[in-house]
Formats: sequence, structure tokens, C-alpha cells
Amino acid sequence: MSSGSTGPVDLVLWGVLPYVVLVLVVGGLVWRYRYDRFGWTTRSSELYESRLLRIGSPLFHFGLLVVIVGHVVGLLVPDTWTRALGVSDTAYHVVALSMGIVAGVCTLAGITLLIWRRRTTGPVFSATTRNDKLMYVVLVLAIVTGLGMTVYFAGVALAGGHSGDYRETVSPWFRSIWILRPDVAAMAAAEAPYKLHALMGLALFALLPFTRLVHAFSAPIGYLFRPYVLYRTRDPHSPASGQAVRTARRGW
Amino acid sequence: MVQQRRDPARPGVPRTYEDQERWKGGWVRRPDGRLVPRAGGRIKRLATIFANPVMPSIQDYYEPWTYDYETLTNAPLGDDFPVASPRSALTGKPMRVSWSANWDDDLGGGPELASQDPIVRRLGDKVKLSFEETFMFYLPRICEHCLNPTCVAACPSGALYKRVEDGIVLVDQDRCRGWRMCVTACPYKKIYFNHRTGKAEKCTFCYPRVEVGMPTICSETCVGRLRYLGVVLYDADRVGEAAAVEDERDLYEAQLDVFLDPADPAVRAAARRDGVPDRWVESADRSPILALAKRFRVALPLHPEFRTMPMVWYVPPLSPVVDALTRTGHDGEEADHLFGAIDALRIPIEYLAELFTAGDTAPVDLVLRRLAAMRSYMRRINLGQERDESIAEAVGMTGAEIEDMYRLLALARYDERYVVPTAFGVDEADKGVIEEVGCSLDFDGGPGMGGMGDVPFGEASGRPDAATVETFHALRDRQTSEGGPEGSATDGRVNLLNWDGNGRPGGLFPPRRGGGTDDGGGRGADPGPPEGGRP
Repeated sequence: MSSGSTGPVDLVLWGVLPYVVLVLVVGGLVWRYRYDRFGWTTRSSELYESRLLRIGSPLFHFGLLVVIVGHVVGLLVPDTWTRALGVSDTAYHVVALSMGIVAGVCTLAGITLLIWRRRTTGPVFSATTRNDKLMYVVLVLAIVTGLGMTVYFAGVALAGGHSGDYRETVSPWFRSIWILRPDVAAMAAAEAPYKLHALMGLALFALLPFTRLVHAFSAPIGYLFRPYVLYRTRDPHSPASGQAVRTARRGW
Repeated sequence: MVQQRRDPARPGVPRTYEDQERWKGGWVRRPDGRLVPRAGGRIKRLATIFANPVMPSIQDYYEPWTYDYETLTNAPLGDDFPVASPRSALTGKPMRVSWSANWDDDLGGGPELASQDPIVRRLGDKVKLSFEETFMFYLPRICEHCLNPTCVAACPSGALYKRVEDGIVLVDQDRCRGWRMCVTACPYKKIYFNHRTGKAEKCTFCYPRVEVGMPTICSETCVGRLRYLGVVLYDADRVGEAAAVEDERDLYEAQLDVFLDPADPAVRAAARRDGVPDRWVESADRSPILALAKRFRVALPLHPEFRTMPMVWYVPPLSPVVDALTRTGHDGEEADHLFGAIDALRIPIEYLAELFTAGDTAPVDLVLRRLAAMRSYMRRINLGQERDESIAEAVGMTGAEIEDMYRLLALARYDERYVVPTAFGVDEADKGVIEEVGCSLDFDGGPGMGGMGDVPFGEASGRPDAATVETFHALRDRQTSEGGPEGSATDGRVNLLNWDGNGRPGGLFPPRRGGGTDDGGGRGADPGPPEGGRP
């Protein structure tokens, strides 16, 4: 495949699919919130087993948080900006690859431990649905392709070879999605591992609203900014005759 | 030996739940006087959100199980009688049953378990662990619906809340995300993580009943008639300050100070200003809880040292002191003898103090002396002797107060034990509709109904039916009226599922014979025979 030319497959994968996924994520979240608020939970299995979870879960989640930050920086910050800040491309890639590898290894080790625990601990395995299994497959594939790619390109760079810079292919494409003018050509020019990882990422996003991963969207940041004890009134009511009207106050 | 555990709720509680060094429930007062949940403040809660470090495991409760009953019918003919062996309800695999709820009740477990009691460990050899000295008393525990609930404080998603109107602490099942922090935070371990639904569950104080003026089920069905329900008005703005007093032993008094006197005109004016219905203030005035806790001071809070300001209070037991005294040849109900014996009770007063007053024996001593004084004072009345005011004075009461207390503790009828006003917004004619999200547990397919099916979302989702005052009154009218169900007799057909035994729907019974009159009516609506019209 010669770079620069975009076939119909490229158009579908990088011009249409992202929007399908976007609709699935937004529509799925709205649907889930409206029809399944009761099912919107972490479905924690800590009650069954906590020894392995205590290591695996923080390892996975904190690793993943770093990975997410890495993706945000890599995809949203144009290379011209970092250069303008005086960060050389070499320095940028050294930092990005090393942190990416550390975080990726933590995430992968965490999820491996969690899956092993899930398979070997009887009650946890019994509580695993088919939905969970599909989610684990896609999640692991996304992590493995991402980490594998990072390690591979780090190796190529260390060996003195040259590989394409995702900040000239994937990142412009990702940003172009949001302004509704998908730069299909940029993504079509990316190397195969990037494409594979991007597809896995899209699959994971499409699944997000329909699996237990939905709990990521209820990260309780607001907890840091509220008083400890919350009060809520019963649903609005009319005051009894002769009674003062109590204006409903915000519970906190 | 003292055995005092009993937890009626389904899964029991983790063993040694009172040991907060281990379970990290309740609040701690920091040196600067601020309260933080013992398991950590906001930052620490969020930092440990991926694996709660002090969450009880299911083994700390017990592993649920069933029996393999199928073997009993399927086993081939053989010499041995087939046995239904236990199977884990979690994994379906054979298991060894080693623990379950309330197995340490009464004498179960004996000295080994009693010595693990956190209070016994603290008191050392003051508690006798010999069977001969055994005395059992029961401590029915429900959610305390605390004034300063740690579970609410620890919930990162804000799903737990205290209701402004009646103080009931509830979990919003639609907002709970299963972070499990409340399980750790509740020092009474009265929040349970439903491992099927992934949500926290707790006692709802039967709020759909309480809203229409009915007592909770646990109160209503108490055979011993020992539960009382009532309204206590309190100053919500002073709760934080009261819960943070420096000395744990002052918490009991501090909580009493937060309670407001409904007879006080200033309190009445404030209640009116804030939109508290008059009937709530009147109800608080008749509250048996306020009387037992503040007027007579015979009810005490359970573990005030957890600093949650619990609202289920207990009258400590006067162990069988009268019999013990009589056996020694004394008059067991003579006041002086009784007072003297309280120090030597079989349940050490220190044990009760660790339960109810953070170790301060003085309030417990006063309660027991008041209960003993009530006995002596009332005995004189029963024997036709003159009232002895000195008995009442010795415990800081008047004879009239003792008689009131006796009336409340021994004779009180249903409407004196349960003084439950109808909910805000439901006026005297009960015209309003309580638009409530319903009982959080027992809607069809909900967690209270056993099982969510295989899919965690879909059919079982959505909002449960509303509990309305209309439903309640329609039901009451129907069940107390003379007539049969309306419109039930069309074409001589009766829907048996709708028939509640009231009246004689047409077509349900064969025509009566006798006296030649057909008063049962085979056709048409039959409102039932008039009184005395039966053959």
C-alpha cells in the first residue's frame, strides 16, 4: 500500500467508524443512564476475594490512569506546541516511550492478575458474565497492542532505526475527528501497528457503555468538594394547610 | 459469661464488628477537634477506591449455602441412606459449613467465642467466663439512623443520604456505584454489599410504612412488645459540634443536649418557621423515645464512642437480681437491698458501660437504680401499702414520674409505644400522594426479590412502583368495610385471586338452604347477609 492514497477501506475505517463509535458511546451512555441506572455499578467482587484484588486492582487502575494521560497528551497536543516549548522530539519520545512502557507494564500485569484471580477464584468466576468475558478480551487486546507497539518502536529507536512518528499521522487524524473533517489520509499513512491499536481502541470505546466499564464515567471527583453528611428531602410536596412553605435547600 | 449478640438482619455482621481498630468504622477526632472517618478522609478514600483495604470479606460474615436435595430423590437404591450435602451458594461446589449468622448466640461457641468479644478483651477478668455464671441478654440491632452517619460521609457517589424530614438514612439505588466505602465506614456494620447487584443495601426503617403512620415491621412484630418508636426533634446545626466533644464519655450527654424539647415555645416557633408540621411537634411531645431517653434517662445509645450519634437507644437489663437476693434470704424487692446488689450484678456494670456510655459507669448505674426503684416503688402500690416517696427521691425522681415510667414500660398500648406521625406533605385528610421512589429492595426482579437474572441491566432496570397513600387507604377501606369487593360479581364470575375473604361474592358459594330463603344469592351482587340474618 502506497502512502498517501486512500482506498474505500480506509475511508470506512478512519472516516466512518469513528463516528459510529462516537454515536454508540454517547447514545449508549444516555440509554444506560435512562434505562439502567440500577445496573450502573462497578459490580465489585472484593467481597469474595481481596488478597489478589488488593494488588491487582490498584496496579491496573493507576497504570491505566497514567496510560490515559499519556494518550491525552500524545493525541491532543500537536508536536508544534511541544517544540515551541523547547522540548526536542528526541526528549519527548524518550519520556513518552519510557513512561508508556512502565505504565503499560503495570496495567498489563494488573489485568493479568485480575483475570487470573477471576478464573481461579470460584465465587468470582461464577459471578462473571459473558458480557464481562467479551469486555476482558477487547480490553486486553487494546492493552497488548498498545504496549507491544510501544515496546517495538522503542526497540527500533534504540537500534538506531527510523519509524514513522504517530504525531504526524495518528494524532492529526484523531484531532480532525472532533472538527468533523476526518483526515483519513493521515491515518491511512500510519504504520500497521498503530492502525491495529486504533481499531482495538475503537472497539473498546464502543463497548464502554454496555459493560461494567461504564463505572469509569462515574468517577466520584465531586466527593472531594462536598461536605461529609448529605441531606435530601423527599420528593417535592405541598405544605400542609397553615404551614409555612419550606424552600427546598440543596442538601450540601 | 455474657452473651449479648443478636442480629436479625439476613447476613449477620462480621465477627468482632465492635473492634474499630480492626474494622475502621465510625469517626475519629483529630487533635485539632475536627472529625474524620476513621478509615480516612476524602483523599484517602479516593486513593483506596480501587481496593478498599478494610472491607470485610464474605467469610467474615459466612459463606451462604444450600443443600443438594436432588440427591435425595435421584440416588440409586443402595445400602446407605442418601444425604443432602451442603453446597456453596456462591460456587455451587461442596463446602464445609463452619459458620453462619447468630451461631454465637446464647451458649453457641461457648467460652472460645465469648473471649473474642472486643469488650470482654478490654475488661479482662472482670467478666466471668464460666458457664455457671452465664447470663444471656439480647441486643436486637437495626441501622441506627445516626445523626452523624459515617456511611453517608464515606459514600463517594453521594448515593447515601439522610432525609431532611424524618432523618431516615437511605441508599439511592440508582446512584450507588458499588464503591463499598460505606460498608467500612459504618461502625455497626449495618450496611451490606449485595454481591449480586453490586449495590449497598441497608435498613430502610420501613419508610413506606412510617410515612403513612405505621410502625416499622420489626417493631410491629416484636412479641415482647419491647420496641418503641417516636419522633425526636433535634438541632441539626449542633450535631457536628456535639459529635466532636473531646472526651468520649461526654458524647452521651452531648447527644441529649442536641435533642430539643417540643414543649418549649421557642422550639415550637422554630418548627413552624421551618415548615415542620404541627402534628410532628405534637407527636414529638408524646414521643416515648424522648421520655425514655431524656425525661426518665433509662435509655442509652449503643456505642456513642463511635461518634455517629446513633438513634436506636436501649434500656439496659437489670439481670435477675431479685431472685439472687431472695435466695440469700433477703427481701429481694426491698429498695436498699436492690440498690446494694447492682454493683454485684452478673452482667458487670462495666460491660454495660462499654456498650452504652463509652465506659462511664455512672449513667448505667443510674439507669439500673431507677429500674430497681421502679420495682420497689410499684410493689408497695401493688401490696396496698402507702407510696414511699423516698424510694423515688433516692434516684432523683418523683413518685409520679416513676408511675409514668412504669406505665410506659409495662402497660403502654400500641399507640403509646408507636407514636408515628404521617409524612410531611400528607395532610390530615391524607390527600397528598407520597411520590416516593419506592422501597429500594423489593420491586419485581429487584434485589429484595431474589435475583436479577443473567443480565445486569435491561428488564430488571427502571423505576419501581410508587408507594402511595391512596394504595394504603384503599386497602384499609376494603379490608375493614362490610361489603365485598366492588364489581367482582359480573356474570356470576369471581376472580379468586382478588378475593380477600371479605363478603360473599355472588357465584362463589352454592345457594344456602335452610329456612327456604336463598340469602346467599346465586346471582347479582351480594353485599353479604345483614348482621343476624344467618341461619
